[in-house]
Amino acid sequence: MSVDTATVAKIASLARLKVSAGELEAMVPELNGILAWVEQLGEVDVTGVEPMTAVIPNTLRLRADVINADPLTGGDVRDAVLANAPAAEHGFFGVPKVIE
Amino acid sequence: MSEYRIQGMTGEWEVVVGLEVHAQVTSNSKLFSGAATAFGAEPNTQVSLVDAAMPGMLPVPNAECIRQAVRTGLAVGAQINKWSRFDRKNYFYADLPQGYQISQLYHPLVGEGEIEISLDDKNPEADVKRIGIERIHVEQDAGKLMHDQHPTMSYVDLNRSGVALMEIVSRPDIRSPVEAGAYLAKLRTILRYVGSCDGNMDQGSMRADVNVSVRRPGEELGTRTETKNVNSVRFVMAVVESEARRQVDLIEDGGRVVQETRLYDPDKNETRSMRSKEDAHDYRYFPDPDLLPLVLEDAFIEECRASLPELPDAKRHRYENALGLTPYAAGVLTADVETARWFEVLVAAAAEKAGKPEADLAKQASNWLISELFGALNKLGRSLEDSPVSPAGGAELLALIADGTISGSIAKQVLEKMLETGDSAAVIVEREGLKQTSDTGAIEAVIDKVLADNAAKVEEYKGGKEALFGFFVGQTMKAMQGKSNPQVVNELLRKKLG
Amino acid sequence: MTNITDLTVAAIRDGVAAGTFSAVEVAEAFNARVAAAQALNAFIVTTPDAALDAARKVDGMRAAGNALGKLAGVPIGMKDLFATRGVQTTAASHILEGFTPQYESTVSQKLWDAGAGMLGKLNLDQFAMGSSNETSYFGNVISPWRRSDGGNTAMAPGGSSGGSSAAIAARLCPAATGTDTGGSIRQPAAFTGISGIKPTYGRCSRWGIVAFASSLDQAGPMARDVRDCAIMLEVMAGFDPKDSTSLDLAVPAWEAGLNGDMKGKKVGIPKEYRVDGLDADVAKSWDDGIAWLKDAGAEIVEISLPHTKYALPAYYIIAPAEASSNLARYDGVRYGLRDLPDGANLQDMYAATRAAGFGAEVKRRILIGTYVLSAGFYDAYYTQAQKVRTLIARDFELAFQHCDVILAPTAPTAAFGLGEKSADPLAMYLNDVFAVPASLAGLPAMSVPAGLNREGLPLGLQIVGRPFDEQGVLNAGLAIEARAGFTAKPEQWW
Ligand SMILES: [Mg+2]
Ligand SMILES: [Zn+2]
Repeated sequence: MSVDTATVAKIASLARLKVSAGELEAMVPELNGILAWVEQLGEVDVTGVEPMTAVIPNTLRLRADVINADPLTGGDVRDAVLANAPAAEHGFFGVPKVIE
Repeated sequence: MSEYRIQGMTGEWEVVVGLEVHAQVTSNSKLFSGAATAFGAEPNTQVSLVDAAMPGMLPVPNAECIRQAVRTGLAVGAQINKWSRFDRKNYFYADLPQGYQISQLYHPLVGEGEIEISLDDKNPEADVKRIGIERIHVEQDAGKLMHDQHPTMSYVDLNRSGVALMEIVSRPDIRSPVEAGAYLAKLRTILRYVGSCDGNMDQGSMRADVNVSVRRPGEELGTRTETKNVNSVRFVMAVVESEARRQVDLIEDGGRVVQETRLYDPDKNETRSMRSKEDAHDYRYFPDPDLLPLVLEDAFIEECRASLPELPDAKRHRYENALGLTPYAAGVLTADVETARWFEVLVAAAAEKAGKPEADLAKQASNWLISELFGALNKLGRSLEDSPVSPAGGAELLALIADGTISGSIAKQVLEKMLETGDSAAVIVEREGLKQTSDTGAIEAVIDKVLADNAAKVEEYKGGKEALFGFFVGQTMKAMQGKSNPQVVNELLRKKLG
Repeated sequence: MTNITDLTVAAIRDGVAAGTFSAVEVAEAFNARVAAAQALNAFIVTTPDAALDAARKVDGMRAAGNALGKLAGVPIGMKDLFATRGVQTTAASHILEGFTPQYESTVSQKLWDAGAGMLGKLNLDQFAMGSSNETSYFGNVISPWRRSDGGNTAMAPGGSSGGSSAAIAARLCPAATGTDTGGSIRQPAAFTGISGIKPTYGRCSRWGIVAFASSLDQAGPMARDVRDCAIMLEVMAGFDPKDSTSLDLAVPAWEAGLNGDMKGKKVGIPKEYRVDGLDADVAKSWDDGIAWLKDAGAEIVEISLPHTKYALPAYYIIAPAEASSNLARYDGVRYGLRDLPDGANLQDMYAATRAAGFGAEVKRRILIGTYVLSAGFYDAYYTQAQKVRTLIARDFELAFQHCDVILAPTAPTAAFGLGEKSADPLAMYLNDVFAVPASLAGLPAMSVPAGLNREGLPLGLQIVGRPFDEQGVLNAGLAIEARAGFTAKPEQWW
């Protein structure tokens, strides 16, 4: 499978990357080169093979339902949460107005 | 069961509905972080570094959320998947800090189950239908955007971001607005019984995505639309009705239904299209590599099962079979877990006071609760949960009726006073002198006077107009201001009138 | 006395504990050396005060007679992928320029708790995507090594942990943290004549490390020798309840367990790694390694890892797919760069911010990752790659029925000059052809110096072990180290 300009434009838009027409042109052959190369995976017979889910056999641990049990992953840290915000106002993150 | 049909210009149409209900899981902390979930906090205070998707933050699942989803699954008779996992649903939006929602697409926690709905309130056993549940999965809620606080900016509050939701997906088995409403109401009932969701639809704890399509009866499925985030039973019914009508009109006008996302406008009672972005459907789901497969032990599932309370259908049957209630009463009393709990405390207290089995008192208690207390509370605009009268207080009142201390009609007055003052029934009866008399001498004297004052009617009665008996009872009761024992009045009257 | 900055972690630790020198003396020596090496561009920010503060604390503790931590008095470099509280953390990307975490990564916290001090945040390939340190927004790192041809071609320090490798090789720090997603500890270690180990996936917590590809990312130490790697890893590893993929296992006493005697051990030589046209010097160093391990008492066996050829393409589906999702959070809303052109709406802001903030290689991988996960392609690419990954892991599982560790070159060539491969992404990717299989299988793997090639540039040998058998890997590394006698160091030109 290979991609054309329109497809790359669509992927870039899905990924929220603004690309100029020139960048787009340059990306098409580059991505096609990589895609053509990864497509050799298609040769591998994977009949009956499960896709990997956990690289080291391990299952999910669950944590106890306790508020702020670990301060590093608890709430009540508004200042820390907003400290790096480009636009923090009245305790909120500000973004360009969204019309829903 | 009468079939719901939409009358179009070209004939009849059938509506096909499936519901995806998002129910907030009752938990102290969020699905993947320790931040609190309580409703109504200051903006961004219940947000952890994890919920704000700071670089390098990782999700660790909350056991209680998994447990509640499993219990919910068991309550709808669903298969619990002992191997499930979380997937990422990728899209960009300001209320979604990670740029993806952690959800379950490929391997949900709960598989197929079903819910039985009743379509006849008067007799819940008479007209029942089973609605299939396709799956229940666990996922994160998003944050909230506020649009009206700044002229050029929207504000983002992440307090809800990461709160656990169960998405309960029905099969497209629903065929009418009434069925849709009954399904949502029944689901809410079950969730509240199980305790896995508080069911507060006005706080957003439960909201439904309503999938609607229309077709000629028995034909292939039509194209569906999805109306998002409908937050009441009434609105869900309205959406089914208005959206089905819109689709029928559209098709009959030669148009085509487009698969799209819509919003319901309650003011206009219509749905409208949410301008969908061309890539809105490419969520690029893939297994979340930060989370390993969730493997459940049999013992965990059995613990969940053992922790389930008596569920609404079972309770309703028990009320009918063991307590002798009518199907209607059993249905009313089991429709909400709080009502059933209240009723059961009431019956137990009444039975204890009377020294009789519960079955002997259940009917009286049920009648009083449904026709007296509900009515009175309704007038006050209050619910059972904030009723000034406790079940024990109600039981005391019932005991006073049962032992003949007051009559049924006086009991109404006593209840009103109880609601007004918060005093107990016995205190009110004593203070207001409402005790009824069984003193035959006193009653006989009144009867004699009534019969003497209405000699003509006595003659008519004796001439065969037996319906007048009630009149004499009424006159006697009235003369005694309701405080005579009606049974004694009846007996004495029959004797006197021969 | 020898120069403090030539000492190993073990020597500094022991010297501080014995009072041979103070921790502050050590910190000052390294701070000065860091300050004088700006030409290498190994650090994005330096934190001399942090190093001194930590040293003063250690000296104070020692004076008070308190027990000292396992790294007391050892100043280290921190790859700028680890969040450090109050110190800018960028992943070498413009999109995080100025980002000051309000939290400390688990691994860095463990290091500070053990008495280590921070000399600064080390440069790297942007979001750890690269094998030459040429994708950093903050400029290339220049390897302290030069070819012995008398020229002054600037050499790549490897990547993505290129700031770490360059700084250690240039004696700017005795040890540093690295992260390895598909060779990012091992390949730069090989390029600069140092050692580095990527432990079993799940040994080191990922909490607080800027994510690249979550199912592959693993932190590990880089240092000048095997013992120093063991000391560092003992501190860095350990169960963390904040990381769902963290292994709930006790941390072995790896340093105490070091033993270069390979008697009774079988070393597997994967025949598929002997690719056509393998660099002659690399092939020779591999043969040297085989001889050294034999000399240490090991039995050499040939093994087969039949799916080796497919590891790299599988990696270049899985890693970009995960990255495309992991990097979605860089959107200009909560931290980092925001590019808000006039009249831009929210979605425009995302696209502008991400276009301005990410470098070309990052964008390339985001696009690849987005494409392979998109509707209609998911199964053909991503699912297929994860199935192949299962087969690759199975290859190792079967191989380890016949051997205890595997020996292979770390990289197909020695370091190349900056700019020599940056025009061709695929040529760059091929650098990790020997490193990626162990990453896909989550196995512990390390690179140790094996000698110099004919151009005078270091070559590394890679040892891959069974899951959880870091000890076996370290021990084989030690056996090679003892016999390779690698003492070369780059001549100071900066
Ligand atoms: Mg939906
Ligand atoms: Zn959902």
